[in-house]
Amino acid sequence: MNNTVKLHYIVDGEDFTRAGEASADVKKNLRKLGVPPDVIRKVAIALYEGEINMVIHANGGVIDVEVSPECISMALKDQGKGIEDVEKAMQEGYSTAPDEVRSLGFGAGMGLPNMKKYTDSMKIESTVGVGTNVYMTVSIS
Amino acid sequence: MTISDVKKALNCKVFCGEDLMDQEIHSACGSDMMSDVLAYVKDQSVLLTGLVNPQVVRTADMMDMLCIVFVRGKEPDQMMINLAQSRGIVLMNTSLRMFDACGALWDSGLRGGHKSDE
Ligand SMILES: Nc1ncnc2c1ncn2[C@@H]1O[C@H](COP(=O)(O)OP(=O)(O)OP(=O)(O)O)[C@@H](O)[C@H]1O
Ligand SMILES: [Mg+2]
Repeated sequence: MNNTVKLHYIVDGEDFTRAGEASADVKKNLRKLGVPPDVIRKVAIALYEGEINMVIHANGGVIDVEVSPECISMALKDQGKGIEDVEKAMQEGYSTAPDEVRSLGFGAGMGLPNMKKYTDSMKIESTVGVGTNVYMTVSIS
Repeated sequence: MTISDVKKALNCKVFCGEDLMDQEIHSACGSDMMSDVLAYVKDQSVLLTGLVNPQVVRTADMMDMLCIVFVRGKEPDQMMINLAQSRGIVLMNTSLRMFDACGALWDSGLRGGHKSDE
């Protein structure tokens, strides 16, 4: 695995049942590339949380993943409502998810902190009314 | 114990993965919140849940879990069964409620897989 592998996905914001398809495909690709299982697990969880966020909070978006021999970089971009206070959103338990999302098993306010926990770097750029970009990396050691 | 033993302990009906029942499992967790499963689960291979939607299967897949047991006799739909089949995850249900199902598995020797259980 000397070259960089790039993966691109469009995440449908209308179909909650399909949220997670992109993350599952990334997982499959990383397995094929021989990435260590513990690294795959971290990427899978972080990306799935991000993908779910895109669908429940932002009407979908795009995901780009780059796999190099050293690290896996993920970029999630949406044109949703944006996050007013990113610092607050990063706190465990903070959630604006409606009850309907909670009845689907999400909305505990654990996603963003979990993404931070499982990645080696994470950056959020968000503008209210414009959208949100989340960048994460996981190194392959 | 194996997934077969879980099936016996909870008197489960199997929806898919009949050929995967011999896999060894070491711990389990029970939750209706996928957020919590993603945040707190480590290497548990069985998920007991009262929630029925495709994200339950996707969450289990992300966590490399081997088996999902729906409590209170809940039934997965065809989309979930197809999804689980493609990911190699066993789907079963039990008529027991969450508390009783967890208790029955604990009785059979299964634990939550946290340090404090040891
Ligand atoms: N892509 C996004 N666009 C707009 N708002 C977002 C986005 N991602 C997160 N948020 C905001 O940040 C809050 C916290 O997100 P986080 O993922 O931690 O929790 P949650 O999605 O509400 O619940 P959980 O992740 O536990 O299911 C959300 O409730 C939402 O207000
Ligand atoms: Mg979330």
